[in-house]
This record gives sequence, structure tokens and C-alpha cells, in this order.
Amino acid sequence: MPSVCFYFQVHQPFRLRHYTVFDRSGSYFDDFKNGGICRKVAAKCYLPTNRLLLETIRRFEGRFRVAYSITGVLLEQLERYAPEVLSTFHALAQTGCVEFLAETYYHSLSFLYSPAEFVEQIRLHVETIERLFGQRPRVFRNTELIYNNALARTIDAMDQFDAILTEGADHILGHRNANFVYRPPDTQHLRLLLKNYSLSDDIAFRFSNQHWKEFPLTADKFAGWINSVNGNGHVVNLFMDYETFGEHQWEETGIFQFLSHLPEAVLRHPDNNFLTPRQVVETYPAMDVVDVPHLISWADTERDLSAWLGNPMQSGALHEVYRLERFIKQLGDETLLADWRRLQTSDHFYYMCTKYFADGDVHKYFNPYDSPYDSYINYMNVLDHLKRRCNLLAAERAAQTHPTAQHV
Amino acid sequence: MLGWEFPPFISGGLGTACFGLTKAMNQLGVDVTFVLPKCVDPSLATHVRLLTPGALASSSSTQAPASGLEHVTIRTVDSLLDPYGRPSEYRQRLEAILHEKERKHRISAEHGRDVLAAFEAGGLGSFPAVEHYGGDMFAEVQRYAREAVRLAMECDFDVVHAHDWMTYPAGIAVAAVTGRPLIVHVHSTEFDRSGEHVNQGIYDIERRGMHAADRVIAVSHLTRNIILTHYGVTGQKVEVVYNGVEREGRARTPYVPTPIRREEKIVLFLGRITMQKGPEYFLMAAKKVLEEIENVKFVMAGSGDMMERSIHLAAEMGIGHKVLFTGFLRGEDVQRVYQMADLYVMPSVSEPFGIAPLEALNHDVPVLISKQSGVSEVLTHVLKVDFWDVVEMANKIIAVLKYPPLQMTLREHGNFEVRRLRWSDAAQRCLSVYEDVCVRV
Repeated sequence: MPSVCFYFQVHQPFRLRHYTVFDRSGSYFDDFKNGGICRKVAAKCYLPTNRLLLETIRRFEGRFRVAYSITGVLLEQLERYAPEVLSTFHALAQTGCVEFLAETYYHSLSFLYSPAEFVEQIRLHVETIERLFGQRPRVFRNTELIYNNALARTIDAMDQFDAILTEGADHILGHRNANFVYRPPDTQHLRLLLKNYSLSDDIAFRFSNQHWKEFPLTADKFAGWINSVNGNGHVVNLFMDYETFGEHQWEETGIFQFLSHLPEAVLRHPDNNFLTPRQVVETYPAMDVVDVPHLISWADTERDLSAWLGNPMQSGALHEVYRLERFIKQLGDETLLADWRRLQTSDHFYYMCTKYFADGDVHKYFNPYDSPYDSYINYMNVLDHLKRRCNLLAAERAAQTHPTAQHV
Repeated sequence: MLGWEFPPFISGGLGTACFGLTKAMNQLGVDVTFVLPKCVDPSLATHVRLLTPGALASSSSTQAPASGLEHVTIRTVDSLLDPYGRPSEYRQRLEAILHEKERKHRISAEHGRDVLAAFEAGGLGSFPAVEHYGGDMFAEVQRYAREAVRLAMECDFDVVHAHDWMTYPAGIAVAAVTGRPLIVHVHSTEFDRSGEHVNQGIYDIERRGMHAADRVIAVSHLTRNIILTHYGVTGQKVEVVYNGVEREGRARTPYVPTPIRREEKIVLFLGRITMQKGPEYFLMAAKKVLEEIENVKFVMAGSGDMMERSIHLAAEMGIGHKVLFTGFLRGEDVQRVYQMADLYVMPSVSEPFGIAPLEALNHDVPVLISKQSGVSEVLTHVLKVDFWDVVEMANKIIAVLKYPPLQMTLREHGNFEVRRLRWSDAAQRCLSVYEDVCVRV
């Protein structure tokens, strides 16, 4: 003890193209930009990191393990723009040391607006992962680690998951720390794994920060911090975006050397090991119940939903897109359904965030738009057109069932 | 301070800026002697809050403490100059004044024409009633400089601060005579006002002023770039000091919905209708908007040399019934038009700063501005567009009218943001420029 549990979030949204109110085309997504970004991130992050981890897993003969959650929308894009990345993920799956997690296929906020849609998207994702990587996910993580008791109940009711990952936010833990397994209230089997945000963010955000007092961060130093958890925790959950390696932290910062030396440094202490989330819940007992009545997430310092729901534009847009659900599902048109679901990806709403906008911070880095207002306008124009298509189809259908209506 | 327009004689942003800055300096306890040409044309009067004009009513070049501005002394020089004037307009105004004088003094028409002819030849008139005014704008600028020097000899100050080109010669002269450092404040350049059809005489004066100055203050980085590239001033000399906006102190007039508002949205253009302000782009965008939605009216408030052309253009486009021209608005009318507006659009082709959008935000009106404006450097919670991109402009106008959450968010954040742009900060920055040059000299 402690065990180190790595989970990487792998995701890219289908970004919208510039779409004015005068546009009449049904193609909403910017294939050129999405392809370009996908290939760029593949070259800088996915391919080199996959290669590095594959080597490391082989070198340690099963003692190094990691977990991934790869969104359905990214898998679709990889298939189209960078299929070689899929084959390296497949190779990682074959090692037996890699676990794949379940989430909403479209990286959506559906839990907040439609439980039915939420469950459908999880099913879709589980099937896709099983088809591509030959394993059925047993651990769930929600978009942006958004979580509360109600979510735990919904997941429990699906009766196919052992655990949920979420943020180890201070205000839900109180005097406790994130380095144990917990469980939600009112459930029997389900377990909670909480992110150790301090150690996770040391790698994900602070690694290359020269003003940080711990700079430069070496594998040995970090392993020392892991060792110090010994006696006061079972597991250190290091949850982060996969793009940390090579994309957020560039190759020049030495992030790859850090990653390649870390397993050795951690395993040097005989009590330490690496486990995947499912192994963690099989190994350690739940120590306590963690009650989370209000929604939390892993975003910003607030650890709340304000990055997606902080202003009237965001709540308005979300409300509008989920209002279409019944209509779209009644129509049963596959293309419309897929377009509608791609519009649910949380990134679209993140781009509309006005929080910190004036200060030009991390939000800006991930934002393809000049301003949150531009992104809202674009999104609403697309949504408007999608509605138009639905109405058109409904009218056509009506005309077919009552042919005379055409002549009236 | 050698300036332009002071309430109640304000016709545009320059006067607002001079007033705001001076007031803030007064609050910082700086003694300011403000020299301004006394406008004789009453049609130039203001749409901005009126101060007691009593101080200005007194005769030329009398010292008068301004009310509410205890550290400020206002001194006026009789002059026909107005800050947005062109040489040809100056000529017209001079003729109009002469006409008036002729009538008053019952002088024969022939005699008057003779005087005019004399001016044309370049000589200064010896005719008693008109001896105060120079024969053309440039001569008048020189005469204003002489007057300013005469005034300067009577008072004591540490720095000469001149606002825009017409006061540069005066600034240079005063600085030379008194040995004080000169700061020129560039609120706009000839390139902003005239595009590429630059008046060489004005350009020369601007250039001379900037080069003679110890420091140049630009109202935005946009303007700073023009100063560096078109006027060849070295970068170290040019500081950027953004303008501010005055929060309306008085309670807002209660909002009374007018019948027009019930059915129709209103998109507002408010400013001088001149080439610089891009009225034709506004109309082209309006045309595009009307292709998509019906219930909207476009209001063009202001006057200017392109007003007539704009009216014709609207008619030619077939949108004449949807575009209203109000002429120059003042006082309560401005308040009212802001209250009616759903969106304020400033499609300026070249705008050194642009105070009007700040005023719109102050009135809770969302704002769409061109990226070719200095104010877009300081505002983030507004919509921005390239002035030539009328399709995008129309796209954004429609979005504001169609999606209420957008209007709501813009209004909330914009109004909050505009509170951070204060004249006191601008005055503080000017002060540090002063301190800098005073130490150096």
C-alpha cells in the first residue's frame, strides 16, 4: 500500500463549423478542423503515449496498469481520421493490464436533463467498447466527473457496474481523504473512487509551471509523495485528461520522461503497486459512506457545474436541445438522431462559458471560438436548422399517410 | 490643457473625452487650466449632460472657475473651429457668420463681399466685426495658437496637454514659449476621419505635433499603430491611455413601453453619419436581416455628410420603410432611444476609440461593434465583427433579436464590465505620463 490507480480521459468533440442563420446545409460539423485536430493530437499525444505505455506494460510484465475512458465521439473520429490510434488502443487492450471504463457515448450532460437518454447513451458506449476492445466495462464515470447521490442510484439500477469515479472534492469529504474506497448512500454493491486532485493536478496542470515551488517535478519526487500516503490510505487515484501527455504539457517539458520513469520509481517501494479501478474495488473494502446531495464535478476551483450552466445562454441552449428529444425519437430517423446527440456533447456548452472569459485563462485554450457569444450564436443557428429538418420530415410523413393532404 | 468642446458645447466623443478626463483630474486634485475655442454656432450644442453654462457665458478669455470643478479653470478663445470640421465647411461657416454680422451692422452687401474676397487672397480682414476670425481653417488654427500663447503667459503650469490636431500648433507654441514639456493626445487621426483621402495640411500639422511632443498619448493600440506606421513616431514615445465612461448619477427615467416596442424590435445606430462610421454597412446588414425576419426596425440617430446618401441608399435597397432617420438627438431623446433599442450597432470603418458603445452598455443595451475600433480592445462582453462582413453582422443582429438568453447575458456582463472603465484610471495614467516627462526635462 498504497496502490496507484491511473485513469485517463480521452475525448475530442465534433466541433461545429461556422454556421450563420442564412445557412441551409444539413452538415453541421467542421470535418476539416476536426480531422486536423484529431491528427495533430494523435501525433503529439495519443500515438507516443500509447507506445510508451505499451512498452512500459511489457517491461514490467503485468505490474503496471492503467485505465481509459474513451468517448464514442472520439472513437468515431479516430476511425475516420486516425485509425492507427485505434489499433494501438487495441494492442493495449490485449495486454490484459488495461481497463476501459463506461461513460455517456456522446460525453453529454444528459444525466441532468433526461435519465432515459442518459441510460441509452451509456448502453451505446458499453456496446461500442466491447465491440472494439473485447471487454465489457464494469466501472462508470460521468462526463466531467459530474456526480451526486441520484446519479449513483441511477447507475445502481442499471445493475451492471461495480464502481463510479468522481472528484475528491473537499466539501464532500470533510475530515476524510480521497485515498480510500467509499460508497454512496442507499446502495449495496456500488463503490466510489475519488480523484486525488492535488497529486493529479501536480501532473496535469503544474508539471511545467516554472513558478511552482516544486518545479521541476521528477518521477522520484512524485513517488516520494505517493509513499507518504502509506499508512493513511489504500489508493491514490490519479485521474486526468490523456492529452496531458504531449498536448497540454508539451514533449519539451519532459512529461514523457516523467511518465516513463514513474512506474519504476513507484514500484521501488515494495508496498506499492498499480491497480485499475475494478481491481481497486476488488482489493479494498469501502471505508465509509460519502453523501453527495448536490452536484459536483472536476472543473475549475469551484468543482461545480458553473462551467456548463453558469449563464442564461448555457441553460437556454441545453434546455432547447433536450426539448427536442421526444420529437426526434418519435421520428426515428437515424441521421437526425445522431446529429442531435452530437449536439449534446458538453464541450459545446463549455465554449459558452463567460466565467473568467475576460481574464483569458485555461477556458480560452480549449475554445475554438473568439467569444462565448459567438459559440452560442453558432450553436443556436445549428439547433434551429435541426428543428427545421425535423419539422420538414414530420410534414413529409404526414403527407404520405394522408396523400390528399398534399392537395389541400 | 488645450482642448475642444466642453459642456454645453459638445458634438461628439472628443468633447466627452476632454470633459471626462478633466473632471477625473480635478478629483485627483490636479490643477487644470482648460483653454478651448468658444463655439459661436449654437447648433453644435449638446446631447450630453449640461453643466451650468454660466462660466462660459462670460466674454472671451476671462478666467472663470467652473462649477463642480474646483481645480479647473476654463478659458475660452473666440473661434469658429469645431473639432470635426473640414476646410470647406469652415469656409461656409465663415460666410454664414459674415452674413449675420452684415445684417447686424447694416453693412452693405458689397462691402461684405469685398472682405470675403480679401480673405480669399489670404489676407486677414481689417473689418472690425470679423477681425477675430482667420480666413481659412489653417489660419484660424494659427490664430488660436497665438491667442493660447497670450493666455499661457498669464498663468503657471507644469505640462502642456493638447487634444487633437487643431490644438497642436497652439501646444507647440505654448511649450516653446514657456519651456514646458508637451504632450499631445491623439483621439483620432486624419486617416480615421478621411480614409486614404488624407488632407495633406492636416496631416502635416498632426505629424509636426506628434514629433514636437515629449510624449504622445493614443486612445488605443489601434491608434498607436497608426501613429507609428503613418506618422513615423518612435514607439517609446507613444503611450496608450484608454478612455472611460461616466456612470449616470441620476436615477433612470422609468421605462415606459411604447406601442412600437410591442410588435417590433429596434436596432440602433447612433453617431455621426459619416464615412468613418460605416453607415452603408449598417444598411447592408439591415437588408440581410430583413430577408430573414420581419418585425424589426433600424433607427439611425445622428447627422452628418452621409445622411442624405444613406436615406437614398435605404430607399434604393427597398428597405426605406424599415429604416428611420431621427437626425441629431440630444438630452432626453438620447435616453429614450437607448431605452427602446434592443441592440446598438457601431459598424465603424475606423474608430480610434468609440465612447458611444460604453454609453449604450451604461443604458443596458447590448452592443455589436466592429473589430476596427479601439474600444474592442477593452470590451469582451460585446459582439464583434469585421465592418465589411455584413453577412456576419446580420447573423449576429438576428441572433440577438431571436435568442433572448443572448441579449440577457450580454446585457448583464456588459453592464458589469463597463463599470470597470473609469475616467479616474485614465487620469491616473495621464498623470504618470506627466510625472515621467517632468522628471526627464
